[in-house]
Amino acid sequence: MQDFVQLWVYLSTTPLFGLTATIVTYVLAQALYQRVGQAPWANPVLWTVLVLAVLLTVSGTPYPRYFSGAQFIHFLLGPAVVALAWPLWQRRGELRRRLGAIMLAGLAGGAAASVSAVALGWALGLPDELLRSLAPKSVTAPVAMGIAEQIGGIPALAAVFAVLTGLIGAVSGKYLFDAIGGLSMQARGFALGTASHGIGAARALQVNPDAGAYAALALGVQVLLASLLMPLVARWF
Amino acid sequence: MPILIGLAWLLVCQSAGELLARLLRLPLPGPVIGMLLLLFVLAWPRVREPVAAVADALLAHLSLLFVPVGVGVMTHLALLSQYGMRMLVAIVVSTWIGLAVTALVLRALLRRAPDSA
Repeated sequence: MQDFVQLWVYLSTTPLFGLTATIVTYVLAQALYQRVGQAPWANPVLWTVLVLAVLLTVSGTPYPRYFSGAQFIHFLLGPAVVALAWPLWQRRGELRRRLGAIMLAGLAGGAAASVSAVALGWALGLPDELLRSLAPKSVTAPVAMGIAEQIGGIPALAAVFAVLTGLIGAVSGKYLFDAIGGLSMQARGFALGTASHGIGAARALQVNPDAGAYAALALGVQVLLASLLMPLVARWF
Repeated sequence: MPILIGLAWLLVCQSAGELLARLLRLPLPGPVIGMLLLLFVLAWPRVREPVAAVADALLAHLSLLFVPVGVGVMTHLALLSQYGMRMLVAIVVSTWIGLAVTALVLRALLRRAPDSA
């Protein structure tokens, strides 16, 4: 028994633990997601995060110790953003023809998401710091952190809001689109990438290649627009 | 081997993006500039096959990459429980507004100017 405890103490302090736990849990969550026909409620990120959070809490493992292993996965977010160039390049002709519509829809949707989040939060009496962390929530997490820092929010919270926003879009988007009706795969994908960044885009990429390419495009457009415009707009408040 | 060559291209573009962002003080994050650089590099046919191999592999599991940040939510449970319901309302409702506005605006614009091809 003593040996086992020592062994666990050793394992839980190496980066191997965080990496193994993340990948094994995700593989299981992904298997469940496939088994239920990719139903939005079975979103693999949602369940992996929940299971890992419970696991860390129950075993008393602090988050930084977990992250020492998980950082190897986290690091790949950067190259993944660069890799979005590939689905864009494949559809370059179509995208060039529709560039005006795409930029306008991205601007309208991104502004609507950000302004409504801040306005609702303000109406509900949230403190200024939280409002400033809410503003960039529909931009992918690493970028949202940078923007929040620039406009006086809390970077770590901005990342949390961005992840929650992504999950909400990925889980509930399909039902909202079905309720509106008459939306093409392109419009659905583009909306998911705009309002729910990478997590929404990941869902779109799994469901349909057209939706996926438009979601990847929307994610890029949102990053460009938000990092250029948000610091300017925030100066007025 | 193609995957490794493709990964090298992604990392080179990302590093160049980080350098440009810092040297020119651009307001854009390094990986986003890297994405724009890769779009130019892809005009060269030899690059396409390796980049396609690694991009398809990486983007197929894009959602896995958000797990480490997502688990970080647990470090903010105190704040979340203090303002939890109000923040959740603001986040959920604004996400739906963002989704609906984007989809409806794009649909209206594409309908007005249908694809000529």
